[in-house]
Amino acid sequence: MASTTAAAETPRLRPSKPTGFLSWVATTDHKRIGILYFWTVLAFFFIGGVESSLIRAQLAQAELSVLTPEIYNQMFTMHGITMVFLVVMPFAAAFFNYLLPLMIGARDVAFPRLNAFSYWFYLFGGIFLYSSFFLGGAPNGSWVGYAPLSTNAVSNMAFYAVGIQILGVSSLASAINFIVTIINMRAPGMTFMRMPMFVWMTLTTSFLLLFAVPIIAVALFMLQFDAVFNAQFFQPASGGDPILYQHLFWLFGHPEVYIMILPAMGIVSEVMPTFSRKPLFGYAAMAFAGAAIGFIGFGVWAHHMFTSAIGPVPRSAFAVATMFIAVPTGIKIFNWVFTMWGGRIRFTTAMLFSVGFVSMFTIGGLSGVMHAIVPHNAQQHDTYFVVAHFHYVLFGGALFGLISGVYYWFPKVTGRLMNEKLGKVHFWTWLFGFNLTFGPMHMSGLLGQPRRTAVLPGELGATVELYNLLSSLGVVVLAISASIFLYNLIRSIRSGEASGDDPWDARTIEWMTATPPKHHNFDVIPVVTSRDEFWHRKYAESEEGIPVAVPVGASVDEESDAGHDEHIHMPDPSLWPAIHTLGVLPLGYGLVYANWLLVGIGAVWMVAGMFGWIIEPLAEGDDDEPAVAGAAAH
Amino acid sequence: MTAVAPSTSMGLDSRKLGMWTFLASEFLFFGAFVSAYLLYIDETNGGPGIEIFDIPFTSVSSFVLLMSSLTMVLAHNSHVRGDLRRMRLWTLATAGQGMVFLGGQVYEFTVFYREGLDLTQSPFASSFFFLTGFHGAHVAIGVLLLLGLYSLSLTGKVKVGQDVKTEMVGLYWHFVDIIWVIIFTVVYLIPELRV
Ligand code: HEM
Ligand SMILES: [Cu+2]
Repeated sequence: MASTTAAAETPRLRPSKPTGFLSWVATTDHKRIGILYFWTVLAFFFIGGVESSLIRAQLAQAELSVLTPEIYNQMFTMHGITMVFLVVMPFAAAFFNYLLPLMIGARDVAFPRLNAFSYWFYLFGGIFLYSSFFLGGAPNGSWVGYAPLSTNAVSNMAFYAVGIQILGVSSLASAINFIVTIINMRAPGMTFMRMPMFVWMTLTTSFLLLFAVPIIAVALFMLQFDAVFNAQFFQPASGGDPILYQHLFWLFGHPEVYIMILPAMGIVSEVMPTFSRKPLFGYAAMAFAGAAIGFIGFGVWAHHMFTSAIGPVPRSAFAVATMFIAVPTGIKIFNWVFTMWGGRIRFTTAMLFSVGFVSMFTIGGLSGVMHAIVPHNAQQHDTYFVVAHFHYVLFGGALFGLISGVYYWFPKVTGRLMNEKLGKVHFWTWLFGFNLTFGPMHMSGLLGQPRRTAVLPGELGATVELYNLLSSLGVVVLAISASIFLYNLIRSIRSGEASGDDPWDARTIEWMTATPPKHHNFDVIPVVTSRDEFWHRKYAESEEGIPVAVPVGASVDEESDAGHDEHIHMPDPSLWPAIHTLGVLPLGYGLVYANWLLVGIGAVWMVAGMFGWIIEPLAEGDDDEPAVAGAAAH
Repeated sequence: MTAVAPSTSMGLDSRKLGMWTFLASEFLFFGAFVSAYLLYIDETNGGPGIEIFDIPFTSVSSFVLLMSSLTMVLAHNSHVRGDLRRMRLWTLATAGQGMVFLGGQVYEFTVFYREGLDLTQSPFASSFFFLTGFHGAHVAIGVLLLLGLYSLSLTGKVKVGQDVKTEMVGLYWHFVDIIWVIIFTVVYLIPELRV
């Protein structure tokens, strides 16, 4: 490697201070980007929660008028968009970012600046969407944005089309980044079949994103041009086909539900073995069930369209395919149960949330199989039964899993433990509030309550009214529970008990390094010789198969020579990703308002930013050859 | 500056792997546009339909674009051999052909517009302009990349021994060409058999 000192030429736009505001804007450290994702997600989760509380306030009783129908429509649309695109997906990205390199023994992701780019696209996409509230009203055509309703000007869905497009670019960039990182940057000995299950699920999720995002991109471009520029894709009057929109949307939309659930499944597959003191049951079956879900997930989309004009043959085919996909899902559930079976279980808060995940997700999965039965579906479609179903899988599933991950890896990030007592209060109130909110929706849905309807019609009767009241009370419990969580989070960051490097007696290599990890993650990249590498370094097995501790120091990678860190070549911070992505705002507004001047400014800005990015070396004194931060330090 | 080969798990350059991954995604992007076009091929709403295409003209511009893949290969090859001067020459030639193609597309669109085919005319028109227009946008980005490669090789940012940079632009460029082969066949040629 050429000398690092000779680079004192032209002054560069590169903040060098390790702390302060600019250091965060310019960061290319995967750990810091993960933290940025996390706090942004919390902010959007709060907003999405307020929106849902308003919905529930409006529906607490029949014939209320807390919200006007117009505002109601904006609320449920923005709530759906927020929870899906601004909370659950980026929440998973927070974990991917922070953990992935640590779990495979890498110093960073393959493309650190592209990683920052993904974050900024996410942030600006979210801000862009929410700015619509101040610019004539938020989108109000639901998160699926069915055309042609969504193409008329009243629905303000141009913001939806452009906003989701921006978020899609963010997801696509991180998908590419994570795929390359996993394929190419594993530590020596970390074969695919030794990777932690979370890494497997990250890989599957990334491939799903890679192939699903371009399809929604096409649908959104078409929608956008129909809405703003009078294109004729979905206008029946000129021969356009609204069903095409539905196909394109759900070709993305169904893989999307797995995009939201697989990361949580990965987290649970890490938490359960640790707290059961047993290896994950059926590792290979787990990995391949995930991949199978990914494949079949692209072949079931029309189960969302059973009541649309698609004909009896597709209906039957998609019904069968949908029931089929329950098989790999079932395999996973049994594997988690068998992981716990016979284990020495410790019910920490993280473990409780994982158990909660498995039970609540199973309920949601069962109502999902009911949807797959076509005649049943005709009865349930667009009722609250569907709302109950997808909240059991998204909230009871994805969100429980992700929160489990927060409790589990909090010590890794902060070096402190979260308060377990508060954590348990959080868990039980969360579980209770969740079931109180969404359980009754099964009943009111079966009794015929339509979803996306601003006023609960009085003629549906008193039973439905009672269920709705219970639902709305559940939100109060959830709000209290969320406050406990937030309090616990902040208090533990400030003054939580010190955790040490390995508080849970964990199994995977992210726990082998310092807590919190240094900038370069590992002083010496570990050489991996087995699945659950860390565990095997700590324990050997006695004849009866009981783990016996290995004496300290019995297995270490060759010791680093003193001051080794200084030779480790890490990417420098860079402002270019943030500068470059800022151009998406003028571009986006230009597209919404058909203002070519703004579009031009945005495009030129982004191209200029791109060149700034290309010209700046990845690390000072580096000639971007070879790639930095690979599995090996040089 | 000695380039130490980055040690990756698969022995592949990460940047190349990233480009391949991205292009895999792009296939679905164009796949969706092609499907929409095929669905709407007869939905002309009383306006012009496929008879409007001028096959000889488009054949010529397609030929130019295909030939640009050849010069792209030559540019990469010169770079590998360390001949930056030739590499620049071929890179410019490739960009030039790309621009000829784009010029042809602008001309074609203008003619169609005069004959009454515009984006708002019919589902056929919308999907035609989308499919070919998004392809054109890809070509334009490719031209920008080529010109960038050219000028950065002048400033010394792209050096001898860094032929992976030319290779990356090349991968993208060949992809755009392949997509055009598909579009030309599906949009222009196959419907012609029916007329
Ligand atoms: C804080 C607790 C939550 C409450 C009280 C809540 C409540 C609601 C309600 C009442 C609706 C409207 C249904 C309709 O009228 O059709 C809704 C829709 C929706 N929710 Fe939630 N929700 C919560 C959390 C979540 C979470 C965590 C997610 C995702 C992970 C989520 C995803 C959705 C989606 C996708 C829709 C559909 C929006 C649409 O119809 O366009 N929700 N929610
Ligand atoms: Cu589905």
